[in-house]
Amino acid sequence: MKQPIKRPAALEEARLRQQAIGVKLRLMFDEVVNEPVPDEFLDILRRADERPAESEE
Amino acid sequence: MSIDRETARVADPARDAAFKREMVALIPHLRAFARTLTGDPTAADDLAQDAMMKAWDARASFEMGTNMKAWTFMILRNQFYSEKRRSWRQSQLDQEAAERTLVAIDDPAAPVALDELRLGLGMLPSEQREALVLVGAGGFAYEEAADICGCAVGTVKSRVSRARRALQSILARGAYDRDGAAAGEAMGSILAHAERLSGAR
Repeated sequence: MKQPIKRPAALEEARLRQQAIGVKLRLMFDEVVNEPVPDEFLDILRRADERPAESEE
Repeated sequence: MSIDRETARVADPARDAAFKREMVALIPHLRAFARTLTGDPTAADDLAQDAMMKAWDARASFEMGTNMKAWTFMILRNQFYSEKRRSWRQSQLDQEAAERTLVAIDDPAAPVALDELRLGLGMLPSEQREALVLVGAGGFAYEEAADICGCAVGTVKSRVSRARRALQSILARGAYDRDGAAAGEAMGSILAHAERLSGAR
């Protein structure tokens, strides 16, 4: 039995567009997540140990 | 200084080490979030590093075992807005960003695809942009995004849906203006491109 078309074409297109935007958005974000972390970031955490709390007495 | 007295509590090297390990794992995500807020890689890394230092200094107030990703994102976001307030009037900044974006879209040589989305995101009001990024890419639930942004869950939901609609019309208009192709076609090619990229992983 054939399904009647429930979704008007315009709605279907809007849904597809939203899906496309969602996929691209995650790609864009993950692109940065997957970049190697610059050394400065790890240096900050390494130096954090040596840096005493700022409340010197 | 009361804050110093409160945070300078008994040193706990084991806790600090655990805190650090979790933080290292979050660096890539902080960089990505910062990039979407600033739109500029160098400014984003400066922001992410500042946020990391802030988080480290405030580590005593973090409850280990709770959501450190949400906690650090909140710190980064607060840092972003306080710097923005200090240096510029927000409306000025947004206006300039919008103008730059429009110029870039009008340039027929401008690279498409991901860059187009980046430009489109840049045209959204910042509260819509951050809501969409947190929920749509950062993997946060609406409730967590609401905590990060300091607003109600319903507000996040409506910002995300407004952002989606606005982005869709910006992208459709940009694609149409640039090459005259139907918006649907342009979006179809964006989807195809996205699928190729994710398939390549």
